[in-house]
Amino acid sequence: MSAQQYPDDLYYTKDHEWARLEDRDGQKFATIGVTRFAVDQLGDVTQVDLPKEGESLKQAEVFGSVESVKAVSDLFAPLSGKIVKVNSPLSDSPEYVNEDPYDEGWMIQLAVGDAKELTGLMDAAAYQAFLREQGE
Amino acid sequence: MQRTPLYESHLRLGAKMVDFGGWAMPVSYAGGIIDEHRATRQAVGVFDVCHMGEIHFRGERAAQAVQRLITNDIGRLTDGRALYTVACLPTGGIVDDLIVYRISATHYLTVVNAANLEKDRAWFFEHARPLCDVTDASAETGLIAFQGPGAKHALQPLTKLGLGDLASFAYVDSCEIAGVKASIARTGYTGEDGFEIFCDAKDAATLWDRLVEAAAGIGGKPVGLGARDTLRLEARLPLYGNDLDDTTTPLEAGLGWVVKLEGADFIGREALRAQSASGVKRKLCGFEMTGRGIARHGYPLFDSEGHPSGTTTSGGPAPTLGKNIGLGYLPVGLDRAGERISVDCRGKRVDAEVVKGPFYKRGRA
Repeated sequence: MSAQQYPDDLYYTKDHEWARLEDRDGQKFATIGVTRFAVDQLGDVTQVDLPKEGESLKQAEVFGSVESVKAVSDLFAPLSGKIVKVNSPLSDSPEYVNEDPYDEGWMIQLAVGDAKELTGLMDAAAYQAFLREQGE
Repeated sequence: MQRTPLYESHLRLGAKMVDFGGWAMPVSYAGGIIDEHRATRQAVGVFDVCHMGEIHFRGERAAQAVQRLITNDIGRLTDGRALYTVACLPTGGIVDDLIVYRISATHYLTVVNAANLEKDRAWFFEHARPLCDVTDASAETGLIAFQGPGAKHALQPLTKLGLGDLASFAYVDSCEIAGVKASIARTGYTGEDGFEIFCDAKDAATLWDRLVEAAAGIGGKPVGLGARDTLRLEARLPLYGNDLDDTTTPLEAGLGWVVKLEGADFIGREALRAQSASGVKRKLCGFEMTGRGIARHGYPLFDSEGHPSGTTTSGGPAPTLGKNIGLGYLPVGLDRAGERISVDCRGKRVDAEVVKGPFYKRGRA
């Protein structure tokens, strides 16, 4: 797997979500999506169901779902926080998830509630080691 | 897991393999399901269906033996013709749906679903062996489907057989395709024109490679089980295990056209006569999602007032139509075109509308 399959600047979960952290005026924000591995497993994405801005999520809580031609998969929040942005173009263009999972295919942005939760996430190297362990 | 003779070919083509009823089968290749679906609708798709079962009936009483097992009228077949039918339990529940080919008056071939092979074999042996020789040739038989509007054009250069003369549901027992000894039928499971080609299992990989090449020449490609399912659902062809099982009867499943209640006797006829006389209570219906949601197998259905009204049996996106569609059993009364229903998609009630006939119908060539 090449590095750009799993960018170095992201955090990863065992449920195959990623989070990109940024700091604005002392508040941490996390942009969230699904990994290249998840996209390859799903195949063609045909529908993405996302929550509304303003909702609060707990870490590991289901926040939406991705439907591919074959199956439906839940999305799990990598971190707790309040949803400040939702990638609403995905409702008309779910194929962004396949084409560009780390950029145009992002799903939600959270105002991070508890930065300590980051210690439970993996970096790119650990995530790729995790995938190898799973036999993928 | 069992492997078809094409297992290595799939790996070479970069297929994503899945467990399908105990078989390692390609769900899709590199381009993905939608791409393969479109290729089949626009050009031609090549499908590994070697996992399906082939059971032969031979002997003077072979016709009588097969007739006992199937609801359709075997007397309608002449040499080199095939028909679609179901086999039923005495209750009228469906054992399997299958195609019966008449090779000669004393030799019939049935092609059955892979997942049902063991059950079918036991059922067929039990009821037909007293009358004729019954042989399971599934392991030695390769089967490849070549389906799409370009199928005839792409296949013709590989054989001397005049494919234009092969009518729908016609069958030629002995021919040569791409140098391989084969049998061919104008049948399929996609809603398109096409062929199903039988060969010796040991020749299947050779034939596959030549068919994939021929398909590529017109923009076609190998197609996995993912697109096989979206194609058959658009054409509204039922899938055993989803839309049909031993608790559903052919009359409920909209397969009354393969049930000949007035012809020769068959297992299940009394039960189906009784059901026909009293009227079915539920029917397999097609529906289109009018709200935003995708139905899958096993989702609850509701009438327009919110009363529980059955369960979906199949569902998913219809790539050719750009809609989400499905099938499910609804009470009689709701089985009318335009009837408004809803589907519980993982806790969310999504509106849908009953649709009659195939969702997709190919244009006349």
